[in-house]
Amino acid sequence: MADGGARHLAHHFEDLEQQHQAASLGMWVFLVTEVMFFGGALLTYVVYRARYADAFAHASHHLDVTLGTFNTVVLITSSLTMALSVWSAAADRRRTLVGMLSATMLLGSVFLVVKGYEYAHKFHEHLVPGPFFRYPGPDAPEAELFFSVYFILTGIHALHMVIGIGCLAYLLLRARRGAFTAAWSTPVEMVGLYWHFVDIVWIFLFPLLYLIGRHA
Amino acid sequence: MTHGVASPRVCLTIWALLLLFTAITVVVAGIDLGVMNVVVMLAIAVTKALLVILYFMDVRDAPQLTRIVVASGFAWFVLLVAFTMADVLTRG
Repeated sequence: MADGGARHLAHHFEDLEQQHQAASLGMWVFLVTEVMFFGGALLTYVVYRARYADAFAHASHHLDVTLGTFNTVVLITSSLTMALSVWSAAADRRRTLVGMLSATMLLGSVFLVVKGYEYAHKFHEHLVPGPFFRYPGPDAPEAELFFSVYFILTGIHALHMVIGIGCLAYLLLRARRGAFTAAWSTPVEMVGLYWHFVDIVWIFLFPLLYLIGRHA
Repeated sequence: MTHGVASPRVCLTIWALLLLFTAITVVVAGIDLGVMNVVVMLAIAVTKALLVILYFMDVRDAPQLTRIVVASGFAWFVLLVAFTMADVLTRG
């Protein structure tokens, strides 16, 4: 470990700083494609919400705002522990790093458990689009559209969380063996960028899906 | 490494701000402001996203090239929504 991270330097880079900037830029280019991936689904929501505003507002009342708010707090806190993981790695604090990575995984899992509970509830209430969809109110076809968009958006978001937790598990295994030092901790930072991005997606999904029709 | 990583103090401050904005958006959602509900909600969401991008994701200290890529990525999404809605909202 006394090599100052030099063994991690690929031959086509001048130094670790340049290599780190390239990694960061590449990660951001990937995240921009993710913006477009979620963006297409989000645009579907925006178009249908503009067209069927009342039906969407009414359908959103069937989502649990308390659970949604709880999950928002959980995810924001997981972003805090992720940011502290990146700092711990850069500050050469291995024990703190292991603790913060574990905390991030735990909070991410709590989010998924609550999400799973919400999904199960929707199945019981027959609010899952398909042959068993039963809607207690007017505009049932439009409400079904709302729930289709809800399950697609939160589903692909949850899938990203599962992948993120997998990446964190990999980091945790390597961090325990002391793989990350002040000189080199690029993987921790890259997974951090991914995790924060997934948090940003939820920052938009929560108000758009849960809060949209609350005042009505 | 010389690149900036947010300190615990900065991280905690941003975390507290994010929770504060979450509380505000939940409270405001219960008040009928007409069209302004959506405007306030989106303004708060964009503010929260900016806090995460600039501080948690360390973009404030990133090289100019990275910052341009980040900004253009989100700008293209805004274009996507803007042009689509220009069509959808003006149809007869």
